[in-house]
Amino acid sequence: MLTIKDLRASIDGKPILKGINLHINAGEIHAIMGPNGSGKSTLSSVLTGNSRFTVDGGEVTFLGKNLLELPPEDRARMGLFMSFQYPVEIPGVSMVNFMRAAVNEKRKFNGLPALSAAEYLKMMREKSQLVEIDSRLTSRFVNEGFSGGEKKRNEIFQMAMLEPRLSILDETDSGLDIDALRIVASGVNKLKTPETSAIVITHYQRLLDYIVPDVVHVLYNGQIVKTGSKELALELEEKGYDWIKSEFDNK
Amino acid sequence: MEKVSSTAIKNKLTALYIQYASNIAYRMPAAMNRVREESIRKVAQKGLPQKGCERYRFTDIMGAFGHTYAYMIERPTISVDSKKAFHCAVPGLDTYTITIANGWIDAANSTVPDGVVATGLAEGAQRCPDLFAQHYNRLAAAKDDTTISLNTAFARSGIFLYIPDNVTIDKPIQVVNILSGDNPLMVNQRNLIVAGCGSQAKIVFCDHTLSERQFLLNNVTEIVMLDGSQLDCYSIQNLNDHSSQISSVMIEQNTDSQLLANTLTLHGGFVRNNLEVLMNGSHAEANIYGLSLPNGHQHVDNFTYIDHAVPECTSYELYKNVLNGHAVGAFGGYVLVRPNAQKTNAMQSNKNICVSSDSRMYTKPQLEIYADDVKCSHGATIGQLDENALFYMRQRGIGEEEAKMMLMSAFAHEVVRTIRIPILADRYAEMIENRLRGKQAACGECFMKCDKR
Repeated sequence: MLTIKDLRASIDGKPILKGINLHINAGEIHAIMGPNGSGKSTLSSVLTGNSRFTVDGGEVTFLGKNLLELPPEDRARMGLFMSFQYPVEIPGVSMVNFMRAAVNEKRKFNGLPALSAAEYLKMMREKSQLVEIDSRLTSRFVNEGFSGGEKKRNEIFQMAMLEPRLSILDETDSGLDIDALRIVASGVNKLKTPETSAIVITHYQRLLDYIVPDVVHVLYNGQIVKTGSKELALELEEKGYDWIKSEFDNK
Repeated sequence: MEKVSSTAIKNKLTALYIQYASNIAYRMPAAMNRVREESIRKVAQKGLPQKGCERYRFTDIMGAFGHTYAYMIERPTISVDSKKAFHCAVPGLDTYTITIANGWIDAANSTVPDGVVATGLAEGAQRCPDLFAQHYNRLAAAKDDTTISLNTAFARSGIFLYIPDNVTIDKPIQVVNILSGDNPLMVNQRNLIVAGCGSQAKIVFCDHTLSERQFLLNNVTEIVMLDGSQLDCYSIQNLNDHSSQISSVMIEQNTDSQLLANTLTLHGGFVRNNLEVLMNGSHAEANIYGLSLPNGHQHVDNFTYIDHAVPECTSYELYKNVLNGHAVGAFGGYVLVRPNAQKTNAMQSNKNICVSSDSRMYTKPQLEIYADDVKCSHGATIGQLDENALFYMRQRGIGEEEAKMMLMSAFAHEVVRTIRIPILADRYAEMIENRLRGKQAACGECFMKCDKR
């Protein structure tokens, strides 16, 4: 599904990612944890093609294609989705029009005809039920005036609509109370298939109680310094990141 | 545009007036003829406004006047099928239509609602002599702008519209204002609209060019809203990009009157709109909106002047610009709250997006408040499209150009949603989208072929 080799990236000349290596197979969920400033969000930004970051080297292959040379929209149309840590409010653009444009652009990219109005509305209805989002939210402008929890739920709704192959959940748990967390996680779990994969970026083990990872990575200072099973997340929860930092800094 | 001296233009225009003075006054109402001399004298003394003066801080009108134009003394012979013209502008909208060709009303192609006077100036002065004499040039004479004086000196054509007391017009009135011909032409169209007490009307003005000639439209419209009247004035400006348009609209609002004004500027090489509202009766309310989408080398300047002369009136203003190419936009928003105008509510907002790096926007809110128990606010922003929103949309698979389109349309939406004729609002949204996509703005199925901007 996704192979990252020695990926290096910087912002404003400051190196953030210093050689990331990662391989994700179809059907796998990988958690990426790490202290603040370790490069977790930079990694998701670089993978999705945010032009604020400069790629200084390395390779990323997604479904057999060189991901780094594609514009963000083509990456998305191929099936790469990111749930934003801070979803953007877009006043004046209705959720209905926004998602219709997104769904139909993806269909066009894959050689499929645009959905009819009736088909599209049916899809909206089904998916909003699936992820338990209030239909009043989907009739408003994109994220405008949504609470933190509503915004995150709306991200998962969009994920359901776009049916991505690989989803990056960038700190989806931040700002969520336990009930909202459960709903968001259950949405993600319902969308999981043997053909889809996910990268779950988080500070805390909490989310991983609900979205159980196959592999846990620890990102520190722009590199993956430790990889293990889901038990690694529990160990981090118990001991914090200091032992990793000192282990790494002493090398 | 070429550089021209204001003295040369002034002399040319005064000479033109002197040469044709008797023709200009021929068969026109006394109320119009008796103010011509003093108006042309004002032009001769002061010249036309120059860039940098209070009202024209960012805008040079010399370019607009610096061409050689013909001037039409008599009614032109072109005729336009109003059914088609109307159909072109707003399909599906049932309206009364007043067709104006090069400034002159085309009665054969106009339909007038019962009980309403909608006619040319000379006939209007005959049918409603007192009203005409009472209101003609009353608001305009008070203005210190010689483009208005120029119009007063030369005006022969235009419309007189009177909606009698307590008359509600069941359908919108569409005023299709067409410029056509094989030669460059200057038009000084003059309109007088009187909305009687308790009357209600919606008027849609559409300015079009049918040929690719240079036109200079120097229009003056005086609107008197008597007690309790309600008026919606929509204006769609869509001249070709060689043409210039100076549109001065002066409105007097009396007690309990309600105004909605909405100006959409699509095309036109040079556009200057003066919108001046005098709040002259308590509990009057004005809601004023404007949207301009200049591209290429267009220059669009919206100047508004809201005069709160009496207590307890409300004005709300929102002007937006989306600028592309090398376009220049300007907004001047003057709000005057006179000493006795207590309990005034005045809000003003001007928001602008410079999409291209070569476009420029100037904005100048100006509030002068001499009463102490008032609520007044103003705000102005100039920015680019939101990069974070663009990236968010692209991450969902929406292409960059489409994402920009959606953001620009969304920005415009705030003005479109104020339109109180639903079909017109839909048409606005469509015209705006076409304009932003660089297609011809109006008229998909129009016979006029006024594209090739």
